[in-house]
Amino acid sequence: AAGGVGQGLVRFPAPRPDSVYLPLLVTGGGGPVPIATPPTTAASRASGSREAGAGARHTSLIFAETMGVALTRAAQWTSAGSGTGTLEITPLNESLLNDIIKFADSFSSRHPQEAAFVFREPLEWKTQLDYSRFELGYEISGTTIQSEERDKDDQPLLLLSASTIRVRSFGQLSRLLHVAMEKRLKEAQACLEANRDPIVKILGPGYGTIEGEDMSMVRLLDRMKKDDDPDTEIKMKISLLLQQLDMQLLNSSLKRISQEVRLTPAAVKNEVDLLKHFSGEGENTVLESLEYTSDYEFSNGCRAPPWRQVHGEIGYLIVKPHDTDPLYITCSTAGVFLNGGRGKEKDDIDYERKSDIYKDLITLLRERSPKFVENMAKQDYTFFEEPTYEKHYRHMEIVDAEDLGQSQKFYDYSEKNVFEKTKSPPLKSKPIDKKLEPSLKWNDKAANKVMKEEKENRAIVPESKKKANILSPGPIKGQSVSKRKVSDKSDEISESSSESEEDEEQPERHQEGNTDLPSEYWQIQKLVKYIKGGNQTATVIALCSMRDFNLAQETCQLAIRDVGGLEVLINLLDTEEIKCKIGSLKILKEISQNSQIRRTIADFGGLQIMVKILDSPDKDLKCLAAETIANVARFKRARRTVRQHGGIKRLVGLLDCVPLGSANLTPHLEKDIEVARCGALALWSCSKSTKNKEAIRRAGGIPLLARLLKSPHANMLTPVVGTLQECASEPSYRLAIKTERMIENLVKNLSGENEELQMHCASAIFKCAEDEETRDLVRHHGGLQPLATLLSNSENKELLAAVTGAIWKCAISRENVTKYG
Amino acid sequence: MNRKKLQKLAESLCRTAKHFNKIEVECLIKLFHTLVVEPSDRHAIVGLDRNTFRNILHVTFGMTDDMIMDRVFRAFDKDNDSCVSVTEWVEGLSIFLRGTLEEKMKYCFEVYDLNGDGYISREEMFHMLKNSLLKQPSEEDPDEGIKDLVEITLKKMDYDHDGKLSYTDFEKAVRDENLLLEAFGPCLPDIKSSMAFEMQAFQETGDM
Repeated sequence: AAGGVGQGLVRFPAPRPDSVYLPLLVTGGGGPVPIATPPTTAASRASGSREAGAGARHTSLIFAETMGVALTRAAQWTSAGSGTGTLEITPLNESLLNDIIKFADSFSSRHPQEAAFVFREPLEWKTQLDYSRFELGYEISGTTIQSEERDKDDQPLLLLSASTIRVRSFGQLSRLLHVAMEKRLKEAQACLEANRDPIVKILGPGYGTIEGEDMSMVRLLDRMKKDDDPDTEIKMKISLLLQQLDMQLLNSSLKRISQEVRLTPAAVKNEVDLLKHFSGEGENTVLESLEYTSDYEFSNGCRAPPWRQVHGEIGYLIVKPHDTDPLYITCSTAGVFLNGGRGKEKDDIDYERKSDIYKDLITLLRERSPKFVENMAKQDYTFFEEPTYEKHYRHMEIVDAEDLGQSQKFYDYSEKNVFEKTKSPPLKSKPIDKKLEPSLKWNDKAANKVMKEEKENRAIVPESKKKANILSPGPIKGQSVSKRKVSDKSDEISESSSESEEDEEQPERHQEGNTDLPSEYWQIQKLVKYIKGGNQTATVIALCSMRDFNLAQETCQLAIRDVGGLEVLINLLDTEEIKCKIGSLKILKEISQNSQIRRTIADFGGLQIMVKILDSPDKDLKCLAAETIANVARFKRARRTVRQHGGIKRLVGLLDCVPLGSANLTPHLEKDIEVARCGALALWSCSKSTKNKEAIRRAGGIPLLARLLKSPHANMLTPVVGTLQECASEPSYRLAIKTERMIENLVKNLSGENEELQMHCASAIFKCAEDEETRDLVRHHGGLQPLATLLSNSENKELLAAVTGAIWKCAISRENVTKYG
Repeated sequence: MNRKKLQKLAESLCRTAKHFNKIEVECLIKLFHTLVVEPSDRHAIVGLDRNTFRNILHVTFGMTDDMIMDRVFRAFDKDNDSCVSVTEWVEGLSIFLRGTLEEKMKYCFEVYDLNGDGYISREEMFHMLKNSLLKQPSEEDPDEGIKDLVEITLKKMDYDHDGKLSYTDFEKAVRDENLLLEAFGPCLPDIKSSMAFEMQAFQETGDM
């Protein structure tokens, strides 16, 4: 940057840490200078001086500066610092240029005296105007054009030769803008680009800005007193006029900046997910594919590496439209634009902006791919019908991130919608028929499985052709499996899904159908009859026989429910018969893998009874009750029920067993350890609710978890670390994990065999390593090496995500970085 | 019974009834004598007759099924003299209250093998289960449910498919699913009544 240093430098602190500084440079009467102010956030400093330098190069500087009598500019430059930058055509720049042009255009009529003032040096730039435009008031001779207006030394105030134009007064600038007509914007831009320090040229180097306070006005006044040079007075006026314009520009750009819609990671994610939904193979999809360049998502929702987040970048996409080459797209808080794509090295992205900035992805793609526009039109119906589902779905995503750590999953929700639409009305909890006749609902279900495949497919097609091609045409069975996943998912959601319980209502998959029931149905119905109508002996036999069915199979799970078995099984829990309770819980534990069953168990008050059973002296019974609670408490309402009935306290009580290290345990003590394991499993499920985390802490769970953390067995460690990892979202737990010396054990278990356990350990470290002492402890206990090893050896994505997060956090400490090196 | 005799008996019974210590055995012997109705005839066998024993099972251990109680008496009465002697009493209670799974399986099988032929047959099962279901008056054959229950049990436990349960079948089924130990009716005390009995026998009797 040439010239002096800007005065009146107005700097706006970034509203969010991820946005860049917007230094607005305003000068007083002196020479304005664009100043490259590197973004000096902590993060960019941390990423090394080289990175910070690179950052400065990419930083958009918005500045408004005044110059000469009639030219003012405010601009976003692609690169700041070097002599000739280029002004970007952004809406902001364009409007600023227009303001400046308006000012200059009207200058000669409003301030005729000042317009005649001759610049100290001419403003000079390459023009694109052709000679034929210059007519009245200009002298044309060969390749040279001169203005008729001349200064007192008879030099023309405007001189154009060999496409270089020199202008020496505002009057001539006004005229030139008039001549340029529709090209005035281009000319003004070229002028500003070529004359980065216009005020010095116009008024002379004396008006260059001086560091510190703005003295130009005072100096001008001094000079005015000393001599009677009329020039000084004019200069003073020009200076004042420019300052006025300056303020005006500043105000309008501020207004515009504040109105700018800034993208957020959540908005980007929604848009990407929505588009993904309509992408894939086939002719009618809007895109062939749409992928993030990185699978790892930071906790703030960004996928860009931290040193790019500093520049407001959220993530990068590779989009393959049907009709063009793959597009490499950057999503940033300022908008969406094309970047330079991937270099030879697969991981390198050329971050430089290569296109205009669009307000969102769809706008960009509309611009780039005609096929996209065409197919979007076809999708319009679905696209605009979607919002309700989209909402539902977004909801899932958010939770997903919360509940499963950093993992990213995508479920096709349209599939589920189709089900909802084609199904008959949802089943209400069905009163148990005395004679236990097969329920019609169940009927439907069987039909669904056995016969109605074709009908089902046909039912989908007419509803929406577009959906049909989104749905992968597969056997009904496959759909039911994936639907199951969806509902499982929605279970997990519920916690963070605000307070609504909408997700509680699961769509039922029933259809008009025939009476073709599988034989299991009749057998299960008979067994339920014996359980209901038999004494303890008959009940136990029937319960044991029921366990011989494949209870992992949905047919059986729903058969038990549909013949009223759940109610009977839960009633058994309320009796005095230990054998019946055990038999019943063994079945409930299995079938509560099914989310619909879980809800029905909760509806029948099963959780309250199971919580009571935790007080039983029979250890088998305690274990089974805790394990079943672990299954059922996967949705919010259930977790709340457990807490409200004192379940958390009792579960924490189960954790209290003998020190684990001791050798040759009696069967009695081994049983205690098993009870503790089951308790930890249940707490793990419950700990997904914030209030439960607090309840566990208040019940004294932390020291007990810390003790169990010393266990040598992965089946104990997984639920314990799982719970700790879940709770580490709370500052109180993070502190406890540090002070109760749990880091050491977490680090130790990074080197185990069990990937799930490693993942939870890494995730716990990730959440705790916000704290500096904790980072030091990780290093101190040798945690960096196993983390690094996992990073290079593992192919498990969830594990990698957790490990990356842990390393990222640990790298905040300089010593840790050095150690890695 | 004098002190010395009691000590000697307790010592010997301690060896056969492994789950009790000497003091506990002494308590049980004392308890036995409070329960036994002193025979008028000095030479008659000292012991608990069927009715007294059944009464104990019913009152103390909450058993209700006559047939099962009968079978439990037979299981205690090893020498088949219709009288539970003090030795049979202590040895029987050792298994009854504190037996290992192995011991309890043998005991239960003995109880359920009504005719003592080493197998639990369909008929025996039917006999033991016949009161286990509420009668449905609407059904044509009121025994249909019981017959079905027998078939279900056989399907579950008859590993060699010979239509009856050998001890091997029974053992295998119970090891696989402990709940089947008392498959054909309760013949062991539940945890509450056995704890109550032990407390009464070992503390209160000990104080006597």
